[in-house]
Amino acid sequence: MSILVDESTRVVVQGITGREGAFHTEQMLEYGTVVAAGVTPGKGGREVEGVPVFNTINQAVEEEGVNVSCIFVPPPFAADAIIDSASAGLEVIVCITEGIPVLDMVKVASFLKNEKSVLIGPNCPGIISPGKTKVGIMPGPIHKPGPMAVISRSGTLTYEVVDQLTGIGLGQSTCIGIGGDPLIGTTFIDHLKRFKEDPETEGVVLIGEIGGTAEEEAADYIREEFNKPVIAFIAGQTAPPGRRMGHAGAIISGGQGKAEDKINALQAAGITVALNLGALGETVQEVMEKS
Amino acid sequence: MKLHEYQAKDIFGKSGIPIPNGQVVTAADQATKATQIINGPPWVVKAQVHAGGRGKGGGVKVVHYPYEVVTATESLLGKHLVTPQTGPEGVTVNQVLIEEGIEINREYYLSMIVDRSTACPTMIFSQAGGMEIEEVAAKSSELILKEHIDPAVGWMMHNARNLLYSQEPPPPFGALRALMSVMANVYKIFMTLDCTLVEINPLVLTKDRKVFALDAKVNIDDNALFRQKELLLLDDPREKDPLELMAEKYHLNYIRLDGNIGAMVNGAGLAMATMDVIKMAGAEPANFLDVGGGASEDMITKGVEIILKDRRVKAILVNIFGGILRCDVLARGVVAAAKKTRIRVPLIVRLEGTNVKEGREILRNSELKFLVARDLGEAADLVSKQVS
Repeated sequence: MSILVDESTRVVVQGITGREGAFHTEQMLEYGTVVAAGVTPGKGGREVEGVPVFNTINQAVEEEGVNVSCIFVPPPFAADAIIDSASAGLEVIVCITEGIPVLDMVKVASFLKNEKSVLIGPNCPGIISPGKTKVGIMPGPIHKPGPMAVISRSGTLTYEVVDQLTGIGLGQSTCIGIGGDPLIGTTFIDHLKRFKEDPETEGVVLIGEIGGTAEEEAADYIREEFNKPVIAFIAGQTAPPGRRMGHAGAIISGGQGKAEDKINALQAAGITVALNLGALGETVQEVMEKS
Repeated sequence: MKLHEYQAKDIFGKSGIPIPNGQVVTAADQATKATQIINGPPWVVKAQVHAGGRGKGGGVKVVHYPYEVVTATESLLGKHLVTPQTGPEGVTVNQVLIEEGIEINREYYLSMIVDRSTACPTMIFSQAGGMEIEEVAAKSSELILKEHIDPAVGWMMHNARNLLYSQEPPPPFGALRALMSVMANVYKIFMTLDCTLVEINPLVLTKDRKVFALDAKVNIDDNALFRQKELLLLDDPREKDPLELMAEKYHLNYIRLDGNIGAMVNGAGLAMATMDVIKMAGAEPANFLDVGGGASEDMITKGVEIILKDRRVKAILVNIFGGILRCDVLARGVVAAAKKTRIRVPLIVRLEGTNVKEGREILRNSELKFLVARDLGEAADLVSKQVS
């Protein structure tokens, strides 16, 4: 099994006629993802890579029965696109867009409280259930089906980790990039709860970074309720305070968000924290063999 | 984007938050004139720099004679101010704010942020004003009160009451209305100007129950600048590191650090992790550089040039996990940089992912001298050899 997306996933790409949208539509199709529709207002009736384009999400739902959206629209319009997808009742919304204003995401978060849609991102690589479907921009070939779940705030760092896992023969059930922004739709705990119920997932790799307290909150949850092995890695031990390290959410401010505090909280909860990224794969292997 | 205190106070003044009378000067001879317009003594002379902790660094002076205003201004202008938040080299003071001194009876702390856990705009209020709020949070967190605002509803009077009546003792009756008005205005500014922070520390109460914002900090969400164009005029590029400014021009995410191993990486998380790898190998990173997912050959070339402009750099580690950014594009960019600038330090290259074979081949066929690392472990070993 896997969580949130699988063979039954029918994707609508929002912003499909843009450069990024079109390129990744092609990449997703190549991976085997069912991209059933695209949406670009004013460009309905066209086709991109053989995928029909609609003017609105509602039309895409009606005509093609899509249930998951993947958003590539530019930052000023991305919040609108998320709320549009949620209003149309899509189950999962993956927002790749980087650079959405924080106050737009405040609005989105407030709206989503009363909706059943699951938002992944923004500012993320997306979600992949290897061998089944990929909704996002991660390189498909480095993944392989298997027992490990990956939840990460980063993009390329996740590719690095997945590559190491695949390299030592540990495949993945589902890998989720939850996003590098300060406000994101779903965080570690939301997905840990799903992985807990997924019989195929035997262990979880959690990749955090400086900024906020999501890792500390995850540590509490894992200690109290999670029943599978978790291996964590935290990026940014050498990051200076007060500086935004690339990701809008990666900032140590007001004494909060330090890598050290996160590592301590995770270790105190009995979680193995890999300090050496180069040897993360081996660390995961050791922990999984012991369990 | 950070605003200067005087810029933030200008916004406060226009929004109805009381501020002391004051004037910004950029030369000492303007200071004499300022003392004639502004009530005093005493006067407060404040260096205008973005870095916090100005008081501790000697950037705020309280003076009692007009000639002292001039000498204080003279001593601050052009000075390299070192505060707990700047590096050891400090920041140059280009502007000074001269203000009337306000007699303080009580000091409060007031700020607004977006709380990450609840995704709500949140007001923070404390009676322990005038101190570093981080210190208050660490020592006596019960003094810090928070009020989450429902964004669908907006600011309500009860939000202010919840904060004010939880104080022990509560503010004097005559001051309540003024404080409530400041709070409502802070919320309004925060929401209309796309702020990530509005902070008043201290917000003071005088003996005659008047309220003043004695300090002002306003940070704007960089991602919202596309719809806050008039605020762009308030940007002060002199506050930024020249190399960071240059990187910004080429859409590169570069932050200068104190070490001597340069790093060029794609992706913010991997870039941070690469800095950590350098540290674990016994060296110190000279920079954070995320060239991004879709970097062009030209951007890579510029990235290498910027790293090399930092004369402390003794070696460069290039760590690329090709996804959208293909390894061959990266390799071409590095080779092009070598043709333009002499790469005077060892170059350690670790490539993986999309088009890795082509990338490695381009590097091999160039006249460039470089060390290849097959994985991160090997990259770390090579870095450690450079520093030993």
